[in-house]
Amino acid sequence: MADLSVNFAGIRAPNPFWLASAPPTDKEYNVVRAFKAGWGGVVWKTLGEEGPPIVNVSGPRYGAMHASDRRVIGFNNIELITDRPLQVNLEEIKRVKKEWPDRAMVVSLMVPCDEESWKKILQRVEWTECDGVELNFGCPHGMSERGMGAAVGQVPEYVEMVTRWCKQHTRMPVIVKLTPNVGNILRPAEAAVKGGADAVSLINTVNSMMGVDLDAMSPWPHVGGKGTHGGMCGPVVKPIALNMVAEIARTPATRTPATRGIAMSGIGGIESWKDAAEYMALGCGTVQVCTAAMVYGFKIVEEMKAGLSDWMDTKGYRTIEDFRGMAAPKVTDWQHLNLDYVVKAHIDQDLCISCGRCHIACEDTSHQAITNLVNGVRRFEVIEEECVGCNLCAVVCPVENCITMVEMTEGVDPRTGIAVGGHRTWMEHPNNPMARNPQAAGVAGTVAEPAE
Amino acid sequence: MPDIKAGRLDGGSLSDNFSDMLPGFARNEARVAAERCLFCHDAPCVKACPTSIDIPLFIRQIAAQNPIGAARTILDQNIMGAMCARVCPTENLCEGVCVREVSEGKAIEIGRLQRYATDAAFDAGRQFYSAGASTGRSVAVVGAGPAGLACAHKLATLGHAVTVFEARDKAGGLNEFGIAAYKATHDIAQREVDYIMAVGNITIEHGKRLGRDITVAGLRREFDAVFLAMGLGETNDLGLGDEPAGVLDAVDYIAALRQAPDKAALPVGRRVVVIGGGMTAIDIATQTRKLGAAEVTIVYRRGKEQMSASPYEQDVAQTHGVTIRHWMRPVRLHAQAGALSGVDLEYTRLEEGKLVGTGEIVTMPCDQVFKAIGQVFVPADIADAGAGITMQSGRILIDAERRTSWAGVWAGGDCVAGGQDLTVTAVEDGKQAALSIDRTLRGTAAQAAE
Ligand SMILES: Cc1cc2nc3c(=O)[nH]c(=O)nc-3n(C[C@H](O)[C@H](O)[C@H](O)COP(=O)(O)OP(=O)(O)OC[C@H]3O[C@@H](n4cnc5c(N)ncnc54)[C@H](O)[C@@H]3O)c2cc1C
Ligand SMILES: Cc1cc2nc3c(=O)[nH]c(=O)nc-3n(C[C@H](O)[C@H](O)[C@H](O)COP(=O)(O)O)c2cc1C
Ligand code: SF4
Ligand code: SF4
Repeated sequence: MADLSVNFAGIRAPNPFWLASAPPTDKEYNVVRAFKAGWGGVVWKTLGEEGPPIVNVSGPRYGAMHASDRRVIGFNNIELITDRPLQVNLEEIKRVKKEWPDRAMVVSLMVPCDEESWKKILQRVEWTECDGVELNFGCPHGMSERGMGAAVGQVPEYVEMVTRWCKQHTRMPVIVKLTPNVGNILRPAEAAVKGGADAVSLINTVNSMMGVDLDAMSPWPHVGGKGTHGGMCGPVVKPIALNMVAEIARTPATRTPATRGIAMSGIGGIESWKDAAEYMALGCGTVQVCTAAMVYGFKIVEEMKAGLSDWMDTKGYRTIEDFRGMAAPKVTDWQHLNLDYVVKAHIDQDLCISCGRCHIACEDTSHQAITNLVNGVRRFEVIEEECVGCNLCAVVCPVENCITMVEMTEGVDPRTGIAVGGHRTWMEHPNNPMARNPQAAGVAGTVAEPAE
Repeated sequence: MPDIKAGRLDGGSLSDNFSDMLPGFARNEARVAAERCLFCHDAPCVKACPTSIDIPLFIRQIAAQNPIGAARTILDQNIMGAMCARVCPTENLCEGVCVREVSEGKAIEIGRLQRYATDAAFDAGRQFYSAGASTGRSVAVVGAGPAGLACAHKLATLGHAVTVFEARDKAGGLNEFGIAAYKATHDIAQREVDYIMAVGNITIEHGKRLGRDITVAGLRREFDAVFLAMGLGETNDLGLGDEPAGVLDAVDYIAALRQAPDKAALPVGRRVVVIGGGMTAIDIATQTRKLGAAEVTIVYRRGKEQMSASPYEQDVAQTHGVTIRHWMRPVRLHAQAGALSGVDLEYTRLEEGKLVGTGEIVTMPCDQVFKAIGQVFVPADIADAGAGITMQSGRILIDAERRTSWAGVWAGGDCVAGGQDLTVTAVEDGKQAALSIDRTLRGTAAQAAE
C-alpha cells in the first residue's frame, strides 16, 4: 500500500488532498465534517482584518456552465472573503486544530496592503496554533476593487513586498496563492520566491462572465438586474492551471535543484485521483479542491485517496515524492519539438460507427485526408499522402480509441517524401534563417536538446 | 408417443443460446454508463442493496478509470459481487430505486457496472484479502453455497479457522448448480469459489452431509461455533399422485444442464409445461426453449402480480417465446403407456382472498412437465437438534444477528425463515453471521483471559 502522507513546506498531513480556501472551509461545522470524511487538510476560508464583518450580496452569488448532461464543468462566484467575525473564526480554527492535530490547518489571509495590517493579523492567527498561512493574492472580484486580492497578485512588486513582511512577522510557513489573471504567471511566482515564500499555490479563479440573460439584457446571473464579472473554477480551468504549474516547474528562477522547484500546491478543477496525480507529476506536493466538493460533497475524497494509492501501487511508487515532478522536464518550448517525428491517423474499421465526423472535420477545416466513399460505398479511410497527423479526427471521433495517431518508425512520409527517424527541431531546420546548424531533410540527426 | 429427444439444436445454435445473455460492458460503454450516476447523498440504491455496497463510490471509481479499486469497494461488502452482478434481480433492488429510474425510467446500470469492475479485478488476478492473524478459534460451516462461503471468507479474514462441510463434490451451491447457464458464463461460479478459497484458512470437506455423516451437536462439540447454510434440499410435490415418466424436478434438471459439458446431450420435450411462478420456473422455461423445445408454457395458479419472478424475468421468458398462463393449476396428469401425454389444468380465481378452482378444465397435451413450485427445507438434516433449534414455517428461525435458538449455532441463506431466497441475501446472511460469531468468540476470549 502506497504511503500518501506528505510534508509540504514543513506542514505534515496524512494525505495530499486538501480543501481550498472557500465556502467548504468557512466554518468549524464544515471543516469537522471534511476531516471526518478523510480530507488531509484545509485552507480556511480567507480571513480579513478586524472590523465590521464583510457583507455579501443576497442575490445569486454563484453561476455555472453545464455540459449537456447537466454535469457542472465550470463554476463561478462573486463571493467575498469570510463574512463572519474574525474572533469567531480564530476560536474555531484553534479548536479544530486541537481536535484534529494530524490534519493540515492553513489559514488564508487578505488584509490591506500595509505592513502593520499584515503584522497584526499574523499575530492573531499564530494564537490558533495553525500550521501555516496562505496569502490570498487572487480573488478577482469585489476585494480587488478595494485594493486587495488580485489587485496585489497582479503586481509582482507587491507580491514580493507582502510576502517579505509575512516572512518577517511569522514563524509559520507562508504559501502565496497566485491569480491566473496575469499575462505571465512567472512574474508573480518569481516575486513570491524572492520574497521568501515557502510555497506557492495556484490557481485562484479566472475572470469570467458565465452568460448573458437575453430577457433581462444583463449578465447572468444578475443581482437585481445588474451583474459583475466573477471568478471561474471547476474542470474547465484545469488546463489553464496545469500550464501555469508547468511553467513554474520548468523555469530556472522558480526551480531550485535541491527542492525540485518551490513547493507547489495545485488547484483548479480537481475531481478525481487522476487530476491530482497530473498536478503532482508536474511538481505539486499537495492539491486543493473547491468546486468538486461543492458539487458532490466531501465523500469524493474516498475515491481520490483510493485511486491515487491504487495507481501508485501499480506503478511501484511508494510515496508521492517517488513520482512528483517526473513530467516537468518533458515540458519544453515549441522550438525544441522534433519536427521529424511523424504520426498518421489510423481508423479502426471494427470500432467505426460511420458517423462521418472525422471526414467532415478534416475535409472542411483541415487537410482533406479522410475519405467518405470508397468504391461508391460509405467508408472512412485515412489518405496518408495528405494526413499531417494533427489529431483533429481523433478528437472529434465519438468512439474512444477508434482513431489513434500511430507513429511512423521507418520509411518515408508519403506526404513530404522525407525519410522518418530524423531529429530536427526548429533550431536545426533549414527553413529557419536563424538556425545554428541547419540540417537537410532525411538525415537521421542526433542533435540533442540544448541544455537549459 | 411423447416427443422427447436430445440434440434438437446444432452445437452452434446451442453455444449462441447459452452464451452471455447480457454481455459485459466494453470500456467506453462502462464510462458512459458510470458518468450518468449522480453520486447521490445517502443514496437509495445503497439502502436497497442487501449487502449495502457503496454504489456511488464504486461507480465514481469506474468513471475515474480505477475499475480495480471499484472492485475492492464492491467485494469489501459482498464477496460474491461478481455473481450478484449477474443474477441479482436489480429491478427489485438497487436499480429499482435509483433516482434516475424514478425520475427518468432509466436506472444507472448498476449490475453491469458491478460486473465490469469485478471482472477487471478477476482478470488482473487481483486478490484483496488474506487470512487474519489466528485467533485460535475454529468454526464449522455446513454448506458451500453463497451463504456458507461468504461466512467462511469473512471468518477467515478475521483470523478464525473454518471447516466447510459440503454434501456435494463441488462447491458453490446454487451458483454452480442452479443459476441459469446464460447468466453464469465463463465458469464465473468456480472462479469466484477459487477467489474466496485463495484467502486461506478455509478447508472444504466434500461428501460430508449433515444428518448423515455429521450432526449439529457433534459440530458444536468440536468447534467453537457452527453456521448452518444448507439451502433447500427438496422440491415441493404437485400432489397429483404417481407421476409418469416425463414429470421432472426443475432444479435437478437445471443442475444437470449446468454440469453438462455438451448441452446437446440433454433430452428435452417438444411441448413443455412448467408449473410455478418463481425464478426457477422462468429459468427452466427459458432454458428448455434454448435447448430447442418448440412450445413452452408456464402455468401459474395466480396472477402476474403475484409471481415471485420479477417483471424483467417474466419479460425474458416471453421474449424467448415462452407463453405464461395465469390463474390455472394442474389437477391431473395424463399418461400413455407410463409416459406423460398431457396435463389437465383448472382455472382458478380468488374468492374472499382464498384461491379456488372454478371447475372449468382444459387439457394441455405435452411431452414434459417441470415442477418448479418451490423448494423446501429438509428437516432431517438437523433432526439431532430436536427442539433445540426453533423452526418457523418449516425453516430455521433466526434473529437479526442470524443466531438460531441454540446457543453457538447460527444460520443463514435459503434455509432460514423470512428470507428472500436470493444469492445476495444469502451472502449478507453469511457476512452478518460471521461478524456476530466473531463478536461472540472475541467476547468469550476476553472473558476467559480475565
Ligand atoms: C433455478 C434457480 C435459479 C435461481 N436464480 C437466481 C437468480 O437469478 N438470482 C438470485 O439472486 N437468486 C437465484 N436463485 C436463488 C439462489 O440461488 C439462492 O437463494 C442461493 O443460492 C441460496 O444460497 P444458500 O447458500 O442458502 O444455499 P445453496 O446455494 O442452496 O447452497 C447450499 C449448499 O449446501 C449443501 N448442502 C445441502 N444440504 C446439506 C447437508 N445436509 N450437509 C452438507 N451440505 C449440504 C448443498 O449441496 C449446497 O452446496 C435461484 C435458485 C434456483 C433454484
Ligand atoms: C464560492 C467560492 C469562494 C471562494 N473563496 C475563496 C477565498 O475566500 N479565498 C481564496 O483564496 N480562494 C477562494 N476561492 C477559490 C478557490 O479556493 C479555488 O482556488 C478555486 O475555486 C479553484 O479550485 P476548484 O476548481 O477546485 O474550485 C473561492 C472559490 C469559490 C468557488
Ligand atoms: S449486489 Fe445486487 S443488489 Fe447489491 S448493488 Fe450489486 S447488483 Fe445491486
Ligand atoms: S441512486 Fe442511481 S444515480 Fe444515485 S447514486 Fe445510486 S446509482 Fe447513482
